[in-house]
Amino acid sequence: MKIRIVIAILSVLGVLIASCQNEQSLEFKRYYTSGSLVYQSHCQNCHGVQGEGLKGLIPPLTDSIFMRSNLSRLPCIIKNGLKGQIDVNHRSFEGEMAKIDLNPMELAQVITYINNSFGNQLGQTGYEEVIANLAKCK
Amino acid sequence: MRTAVYIIAVISLLTACKFNSSKKALPILGERHAVTKTVNGQAVTDTVYSTIPAFKFVNQYGDTITDKGLNNKIYVADFFFTTCPTICPVMHRNMLPVYNEFKNTADFRIISHTIDPAHDSVPVLKKYADKLDVTGNTWWFLQGKKDDTYHISKSYLVSVQEMNPKGQYIHDGYLILIDKQKRIRGTYEGTDAAEVTKMIADIKILEAEPDQVNAK
Repeated sequence: MKIRIVIAILSVLGVLIASCQNEQSLEFKRYYTSGSLVYQSHCQNCHGVQGEGLKGLIPPLTDSIFMRSNLSRLPCIIKNGLKGQIDVNHRSFEGEMAKIDLNPMELAQVITYINNSFGNQLGQTGYEEVIANLAKCK
Repeated sequence: MRTAVYIIAVISLLTACKFNSSKKALPILGERHAVTKTVNGQAVTDTVYSTIPAFKFVNQYGDTITDKGLNNKIYVADFFFTTCPTICPVMHRNMLPVYNEFKNTADFRIISHTIDPAHDSVPVLKKYADKLDVTGNTWWFLQGKKDDTYHISKSYLVSVQEMNPKGQYIHDGYLILIDKQKRIRGTYEGTDAAEVTKMIADIKILEAEPDQVNAK
């Protein structure tokens, strides 16, 4: 009898945890899918279909180390543009990236897309995280 | 019996296609008019096609490039500027396979005219070429007076205007294919990788045309 109760409780817990995870991965998928559309209309011309960039003119988005170490700066970089020299994939880039006028939700979506495409596996960037990081823009 | 008829029909269709493709030639685009001349006492009518007029620009090395520098060259022309964030990166990303395919072909050139000469000085164009890993004399980035560039663009884009009578052609990312007689032989949407692939195939067809092989 006891064993049955334990099994029942465990299975209920199991279902709860599984549905929780599903909820999370569903949200990730929603961000990722919407992010891919934002990417196509605002980023792809310059950074390319595979995030490959363009030779020495436009940096690629395939450098996971750069992405990870600049994670909190990414919303500001996209929203305010970028000027000056940066080093990506052992190549240095200068020139200027234009401001991209996206709202915080679009920023969260596109960052989630980029950080989980082109060989990057950096997980989801949430809406609240973007809001907090935007407040720290210089 | 019926199957045999089908098979024969399919085979003859296939051979028909093959036969046509071996005789492929590119159309001549742009305006044309008929000229009647008297040769040996007989009236002969000839079609005269519009050609690219004389021009003078400076390339990324600071060399002056005129229409004469493109005599007996097959070339592709486009219009861009180095700070363009929209279509230019796509155009020149798509142009790189063209450059790589023909960079060792002596009678082939690519010329990219900047439409922003105030910013795109010779050193800026040189830097741009360097960053694209473009070396040598196959791909020239040209700058000159803004009026001259806009004027010459009309000659190149005349056939684009025929096909698409609206819009800002200079900024639509067209690639224009010119033959050794400076006639327009094709226009391609440079932002569409498939069209650029077709252009590479067309350049090879053009190179094999008797008019091009025998040009002196």
